[in-house]
Amino acid sequence: MAGYLLRRLVQSVLILLGVTLVTFFLLYVLPADPVRQIAGRSATAETVESIRRQLGLDQPFWVQYGRYLWNLLHLDLGRSYLQRSEVAELIRARLPPTLLLMAGAILCELVLGLTMGIVAALRPGTATDNGLMIASFVGVSAPQFVVGLLLLYLFGVRLHWLPISGYGTFAHLVLPSLTLGILGAGWYSRMMRSSMVEVLRQDFIRTARAKGLTRRRVILRHALPNAILPIVAMIGIDIGVFMGGIVVVESVFGWPGIGQLAWQAIQRVDIPIIMGVTIVSAVAIVLGNLLADLVAPFIDPRIRLR
Amino acid sequence: MTRLLASTALLLALAGPALAQATDTYTPDPNAREGGSITITYKDDVSTLDPAIGYDWQNWSMIKSIFDGLMDYVPGTTDLRPGLAESYEISEDGLTYTFHLRPGVKFHNGREMTSEDVVYSLNRVTDPETQSPGAGFFGAIEGYDAQIAGEAEGLSGVTAPDPQTVQIKLSRPDATFLHLMALNFSYVVPREAVEEFGADFGRNPVGTGAYKLAEWTLGQRLVFEKNPDYWTPGVPYLDQITFEIGQEPVVALLRLQNGEVDIPGDGIPPAKFQEVMSDPAQAERVVQGGQLQTGYVTMNVTQPPFDNADVRHAVNMAINKDRIVQIINGRAIPANQPLPPSMPGYTQDYEGYAYDPEGAKALLAQAGFADGFETELYVMNTDPNPRIAQAIQQDLAAIGIDASIQALAQANVIEAGGAGTAPMIWSGGMAWIADFPDPANFYYPILGCAGAEPGGWNWAKYCNEELDAQAAQADSISDPARSAERLQMWSDIYMKVMEDAPWAPVFNEERFTMKSPRMGGADNLYVDPVSIPVNYDYVYVTE
Repeated sequence: MAGYLLRRLVQSVLILLGVTLVTFFLLYVLPADPVRQIAGRSATAETVESIRRQLGLDQPFWVQYGRYLWNLLHLDLGRSYLQRSEVAELIRARLPPTLLLMAGAILCELVLGLTMGIVAALRPGTATDNGLMIASFVGVSAPQFVVGLLLLYLFGVRLHWLPISGYGTFAHLVLPSLTLGILGAGWYSRMMRSSMVEVLRQDFIRTARAKGLTRRRVILRHALPNAILPIVAMIGIDIGVFMGGIVVVESVFGWPGIGQLAWQAIQRVDIPIIMGVTIVSAVAIVLGNLLADLVAPFIDPRIRLR
Repeated sequence: MTRLLASTALLLALAGPALAQATDTYTPDPNAREGGSITITYKDDVSTLDPAIGYDWQNWSMIKSIFDGLMDYVPGTTDLRPGLAESYEISEDGLTYTFHLRPGVKFHNGREMTSEDVVYSLNRVTDPETQSPGAGFFGAIEGYDAQIAGEAEGLSGVTAPDPQTVQIKLSRPDATFLHLMALNFSYVVPREAVEEFGADFGRNPVGTGAYKLAEWTLGQRLVFEKNPDYWTPGVPYLDQITFEIGQEPVVALLRLQNGEVDIPGDGIPPAKFQEVMSDPAQAERVVQGGQLQTGYVTMNVTQPPFDNADVRHAVNMAINKDRIVQIINGRAIPANQPLPPSMPGYTQDYEGYAYDPEGAKALLAQAGFADGFETELYVMNTDPNPRIAQAIQQDLAAIGIDASIQALAQANVIEAGGAGTAPMIWSGGMAWIADFPDPANFYYPILGCAGAEPGGWNWAKYCNEELDAQAAQADSISDPARSAERLQMWSDIYMKVMEDAPWAPVFNEERFTMKSPRMGGADNLYVDPVSIPVNYDYVYVTE
């Protein structure tokens, strides 16, 4: 176990290093000059060059990248080119809303996805099954921007049940979580259905039924814990999927998280923020995957880490 | 001998030297009600409230409410008036400006503002360490070159002979100088606050303005609170303004309709514009006004075929501007020259190039392009710009020019324009909005030789040294009494630009600000040409 953990940690560090290198390189070759954005329209060529020198952007790629890594080792993500604030502070201020949104989305996808999957699996081939699977297909395919605006229009504008946008109360969390979670709910319901159908065909279920257990008990105590295994492992991987979705969902609902920060930074070539958000996201994804792998043997003793 | 602006002279004559009366430049609105708070939304985050750095749509007007400059504008107009300076004198040669400060003005931290603060602030904005996007505006001040090169301890031309007087010496006459003293970048900041907060001063702003920052929750909300000690009596009217950040314009409009928002700062979203304007109840709450903006197509005059003036004239004649204005739901008026109509120096009786595809074709043939040619049209990739580019593409196709559209992110278009690799650029989304209401601001960076250098904003790479000389001559007239003569010279310069036709001007955007029913104050405060988008200091609520 310790050996496995060590190996995975070394792997994770290499992956993160690769992510910083690729991102830094892409931003380096991008045909857009961040110095122009800082210097403004009235700047003379000397001013532009002076700012470029101060930021070290006149240096060769490897020097710039090396300096970035060195600062990163000291947990220094630098200062935003345009806001002039510490990137770490900008991200820290926006991380709690994003984590909250992710937690809400995970809850939504589990509750919705598992319920739909179980119900469909118990009535395979019926109209209920088909209806639920079509719904899950729509959930998986619908663009989040559209889902978000539709939900917002229906529950916020038409019915006045929930606030249209903003942050702060539980009511504010509902629509963004739902929008972010619908995609996962679609996947989960399909996975849950097939996993459940599979488990229900197993011998031990037949044995349980033969023992005279109630249908409810068979499903909740015997079938569900086994069928749910592949799903639990997926939750860690979800974090990566969410990292893409939050950019859209946070923009639609005015949610003050790191997705919104990233989007604004990309539009203005604010490289330190783009790098910072990328690194934080990459760490989250790597940790999520690691966690999923570590948790798996506890849930399913058949899995062994090697 | 000294000269005063007519308005200042009149003011001094009326008010006399007593300092209490020196602030009587503004008569409070008799209908205004004091107190109350409003909510304004923006989509993008507020990057900074540091006046030396902030240069965004969102923070421009906010900074104006927190800080002040030596000069100011009459609310809702482009007319200069004294601000932190209660009077000023310009020397005969136009090279020395002496400002007499308004006594008793206090920063939000309680300290009285003095001439040393003005000197510090101008030194700070031009200090290369500050990396201010506005440093270039102050190029006429003596000692600027040494300062910007990091070889000086400050601008040698800016001095404080006594705590109430600031003297600024210029190395060349600059008729726009008073406007520069009203520009955000010249606003006065207290040294101790800047030194205390360092790079984070922009998040902890301390100024002399009508409002002070009470709360800033990153990415969510800013709250401005009335400055009870503000030096203009009766102003501001509102107790509090809340800016909610991160709100999509469509969502902001829905919230306005729900009564949760008073002004959507980003305006009416294009997709909702017709819906709003066709509903009388909503349309009556929309204020329309001109904007110091022009949308244009640049043609790179250093590359064939656009090095041929006939080709550029043909393009000017080929573009159907009325149709393009229709594409953006009539949110603009067709343009025929670089300056927008609300800019001083605009040539009223000029008709420009009429839409004439047949004539354009003939002109192309005369230039040796009877079969047309292929070229590229660069455009920023956000709506409605690609749609506008397509309309231009069709118009050009009608006279035989085959233009392929390069729709890119803003920064990439700016890069291509600066590098001179783009044959044609539609300026939408990056178009020139004046920093201050003077015709000179439309010339030097985008049509003058200095802007044609690599990386500059003169994307047509048009450089007419004769016109540069005329421009310098016009701007050497700093005597306010000869302002009409100066504006005529600028009008002539732009007419000559139109003859050379490095651009095809397409339209001047109009501004449409929507407000909640309870918002009060003159309409021109909501489309203030200087305090974009709204002049927060003078609006009020009626309930």
